[in-house]
This record gives sequence, structure tokens and C-alpha cells, in this order.
Amino acid sequence: MTHQDPLKIAGKSFGSRLFLGSAGYPNQQVFLDSLAASGAEILTVSVRRADLSGYGEGLLDLVAGKVWLLPNTAGCATVKDAVLTAQLAREAMDTNWIKLELIGDRETLYPDVEQLLRAADELVRDGFTVLPYCTDDPIVCRRLADVGCAAVMPLGAPIGTGLGILNPYNIEHICRTSTVPVVLDAGIGTASDAALAMELGCDAVLLNTAVSKSTDPVRMAAAMRAGVEGGRMARLAGRIPKRLRAEASSPELGLIGT
Amino acid sequence: MSTDLNSPRSRIAIIGGGIIGLSIGWRLAQAGLSVDLFERDQVGQSASRAAAGMLAAAVEAEPGEQTLVPLCVASREMWPAFAQELEAASGLPVGLRQEGTMVVALTRDDVETLRSNYDYQRSLGLEMEWLTGAAAKEREPFLNPRTAAAVYSPRDGQVDNRLASAALRVALEKAGGRIHEGVTVTGLEMAGSRVTGVRLGDHVHAADQVVLAAGAWSRLLPGLPVPPPVRPVKGQMLSLQMDPAAPLLRHVVWGPKCYLVPRADGTLIVGATTEEKGFDNQMTAGGVLALLEATWRTLPGVEELPIKEMWHGFRPGCRDDAPILGWALGVEGLMLATGHHRNGILLTPITADAVAAMMLTGHVDERIRAFGPGRFAPARAA
Repeated sequence: MTHQDPLKIAGKSFGSRLFLGSAGYPNQQVFLDSLAASGAEILTVSVRRADLSGYGEGLLDLVAGKVWLLPNTAGCATVKDAVLTAQLAREAMDTNWIKLELIGDRETLYPDVEQLLRAADELVRDGFTVLPYCTDDPIVCRRLADVGCAAVMPLGAPIGTGLGILNPYNIEHICRTSTVPVVLDAGIGTASDAALAMELGCDAVLLNTAVSKSTDPVRMAAAMRAGVEGGRMARLAGRIPKRLRAEASSPELGLIGT
Repeated sequence: MSTDLNSPRSRIAIIGGGIIGLSIGWRLAQAGLSVDLFERDQVGQSASRAAAGMLAAAVEAEPGEQTLVPLCVASREMWPAFAQELEAASGLPVGLRQEGTMVVALTRDDVETLRSNYDYQRSLGLEMEWLTGAAAKEREPFLNPRTAAAVYSPRDGQVDNRLASAALRVALEKAGGRIHEGVTVTGLEMAGSRVTGVRLGDHVHAADQVVLAAGAWSRLLPGLPVPPPVRPVKGQMLSLQMDPAAPLLRHVVWGPKCYLVPRADGTLIVGATTEEKGFDNQMTAGGVLALLEATWRTLPGVEELPIKEMWHGFRPGCRDDAPILGWALGVEGLMLATGHHRNGILLTPITADAVAAMMLTGHVDERIRAFGPGRFAPARAA
């Protein structure tokens, strides 16, 4: 299934539609096993929190060559901060892809849209492939696509809450109108949330806490993989119209005795 | 146990003078072996000094650590006898305290997380008690009045790791061991695949068996065919000075994003950040801010306390957060005792006994069988 239906971002194809975050696992082995179970091919890594020293046992050393790295600017609050962090990532991780995060405040961890648009514009002009973490606002998503972002990553719910997709109407609207791939980012709590994102038309799902803080992260990673694949297949298959009254699935007329 | 100094296994060289190397050396010297411990700096001054000394086998149990928890519990239960023996052997106190540990929740979100951890830890058979906010504040009246709930773990205590390291140094020397400080081991001396000593620059110290207990630096020993998968995991910490006659806390307390360890002399240890930053050896504004903010939220009365000290250390982090205890792959006669991550102080008694037993008699303690270096070969990377 996945092989005939690749995810394409900025001209690059991926077999998996699940992006995994690398933070907060109980330990590195659980993380590596979760990554394998998830089937994810894109791994997002906080530039500020990654060990770039090349000592040999850091996370980046352990996944080298096995995944496509998507460095992120987690912890950045200003345009300048984010641009410098992206440039550091390009230098240290040898990629021009960047997941752009510009956090407005610590309480909600909501994106600061005004800063985000400016930083996205600057980074695109500097040659980056920019995937911005943004609010679930169709207008903001359109503006981000307009400045040249390679995808948009609207939130389902605030980071780390596991509340699922709080505004499915907006997410569906964004998916319907976006000119670039839509990656649902943040808020996923369990596999059905990931499936719902795909059913609403998202091209992929990015999640982290739902797996890393699960009691059994490896099993939850496998569940997320199945959820994303199931949701994607359902989307492609096409759901039936919703009805208000029952309709039997077997024919009711012409049976013996009627 | 054998006391034959002419036995072919009797000369021991230990690389690393942290609490792990010291305690293994003590056990081997007690058994009559000839022990030389090499420490490139001063003994007990790296992770053994930086640690907080929590014996928190229960409250630190995390998903994915089902194998590690029984080892931690077993070692925690060994601490009282170990402390008593060490104090008697050295004539020095080690500050073991057994009031138990509390984990407090301040907000609804904290309570949800606490409940989830509590359920998980109880499912492992760990002894824990759920407390209402009122009951928690009765035990610790200086906690934030908003404290909503807490978990009490009666058997998780603390030891003063700095005192314990100092006592181990004395005990090792009294047992006949020799400590060489400021001496860097630059490699292993080999005869075929067998280690015959340690290289100290341009000369060789002969040994029949070698213990690698160099903590976060263990991978850096030149010439290891299979370097142990241990990395430095940086932690920043600080301490405040309470009035020892009227301390703000009696138990070890875990708040959201910090832990607080009260010592008998009024020191309140605050820890710790967890950072993948290699051997970056700087305190940062963000690290100290996070510690102080979390401390203040948990225990508002700290506002007036003087800051006593700030420091950082490097946990020897293994890939699965569990220690590596056993004979090295590819080097006969080389024992690994490293990768204890945040549990080095807690796991000292069981590490010392089990590693010494392996070296003296060849007996592998059932409880450490799962922690040999073989579990990483081949690496189970994705």
C-alpha cells in the first residue's frame, strides 16, 4: 500500500506518512525500538537539545543513515533565534530541511504567527526547505504556503496535551485548500487521533509525546503506524455519507416469506 | 574467599576512582587481592560528587525499565547494611537517611501524570502510598499550599554521596588497596587477547585483571575492541542552605521538574537538568532558571535561602539506562562496571558485591545476569 502511495515533500518521496519526534523516551533503546516499530522515515530532532559533539553514542550517531532528519527550532522565541538555529542545524546536520517552531508563550506553547511568517520568509529565501509548526488557521497556512514553505504543520491541540484534534473542521478545510502537503503536528493522544487526521485529508502526522510517554512506547509506536495507515486507506477509499436513519446492509425485499 | 597473593588472578587494576571503582576495589581488597586504583583526577570528584544520593528505586521507575527496577530495589535494600559496614570500616559517617520520598503534584495536569506513574509503579509491585494534598502538607508543611496530591514511597531514602565516596576511599586504603590520583590510564597492555596490565603513558602497571569503571569516560579508553555504549548525560544542579535546626523539608521531595534532597547539615540539594550535550562543562542561565523556578513552585519558602553551590556532572548514560556489568567482549580479563546513568549511588552495593564475586569466584549473580555487555551485540538500532 504505502509503496504505491508515497508522501512527497519538496520533491522527496517517503514510504511512511508518520513523522516521529525524538524527545522524552525512557531511554535510547526504547526510542530506537519505537522508531523501528513506527516505520517512520522522518525523525524530528531539537537542534538545541541534540548532542552535536559527535562523541559516538548520541542519538544522532545511533540513527545516522537510517532516517531523514528534520531538525527543529524548539525553544526559539524570536525570528533571529530561529534563523540562527536553522543555520546551525544546516551546518551540523548537513540538511537544509527545518521544522520551524516559534513559540509564543510557555503556558500554551502556541506558535507566534507574526514571527513565524517572517522567519519562514527569511529561511525560504536563504534556501531552506521550511516546514512550519503553525496554528490550525486556514489563512495562516495559506500565507505560509505563499511565502514558499514546503508543507504546513497545523496543530491538532497544544503540544503534549494528547487532546486529539480539537478543531477537525479547520483541519479538513486546510487540507482541502492547501497547495502544499499538510502534516498534522501536536496534540495526538492515541492511534484513533492519528487515523482521524488522515481521514480528514492530512498528508502525514507528526507526533512524539503520545509514543514517548506511553506506558509501552514500542507498542504505541506500532499502533500509530497502523492508525496512520488505516486512516490514509480510509481517506483514499472514501467514507460513506452519514445518514440519520438506519439502512440494513442486507437486501430486505424479495426474501422468502414476504 | 581466596587470599593467595600468588594466584594468577590476584593483581587487580581499577580504572576510575568514582564510587563504583572505589567500592569494587574495597571488596576485592577485603578479599585479600592486591588492588591498585588509577584515577586521572581525584577520587570521587566527578559524577560521584555531582549526584544527589537518592536511593529512589521506586519513584524513579519508568516504563521500559521493568528489568532494571528489581536490580535497583535489591541494591536499595542492601544500603543499610552496606552503610553500616562502610562506616565501621572507615570510621566515617555516610549520612544514610530512610524517611522515605514524596512526589508532589501541584496542578490537575501534574495529578494526572502522578496517577499514571503511580499506577505503573504499583503494577511492578513497588510499595507506594497515595496521599491527598492535605496529608502531604501535614508531612511537609512548607510545600506549596496548592499541593493537590502526592505519592509517598516509604523505602526510597538517601545517602550523602560525597561522604560515602570519602569513606570508601579510607576503607579501600585501610583494606590495603592503593589509590593513584592524577594518573591517567592511556591504554591496555595485552598478550594476545588477554589483558596483562594498564599503560600509564610510557610505562606499564602489570595486572591479572582490570576493571573499567570510568563512568561517562569509559568509551574513551584507547584500544577497546568493543567500546561500551556509554555517553555523558549532563546534569546541572545547585544547593541552598537551610537552617539545620529548622529545615524546610524532612523527606526527599520530587516536585514537577525538580527534586529536592535535604541533608542533615541543612543543605538542600536541587536537581537536575538532563542534557545531551556531550562533555559541555558549563552552567547555563536556562538550566539554573529551570531548577530555581521549579523549586520555588514546589517549596515557596526557598526564596530567602542563600545559594550555597552550583555544579554540573556527567551521568554515565547507557543506551538502555541500565549498567554494564560483566566481562568485556574481546578482552579476556577486563571487567566492565560502568553505564550506571542516574543510579550509580543506588547501585553501588550490588555492583560492588556482584562484580567482586565474578572476579573472585567466577560466580555470576542471577540479579545482574541481564546486564552483561553482550546485550548490545549486535546493536539493535532501527
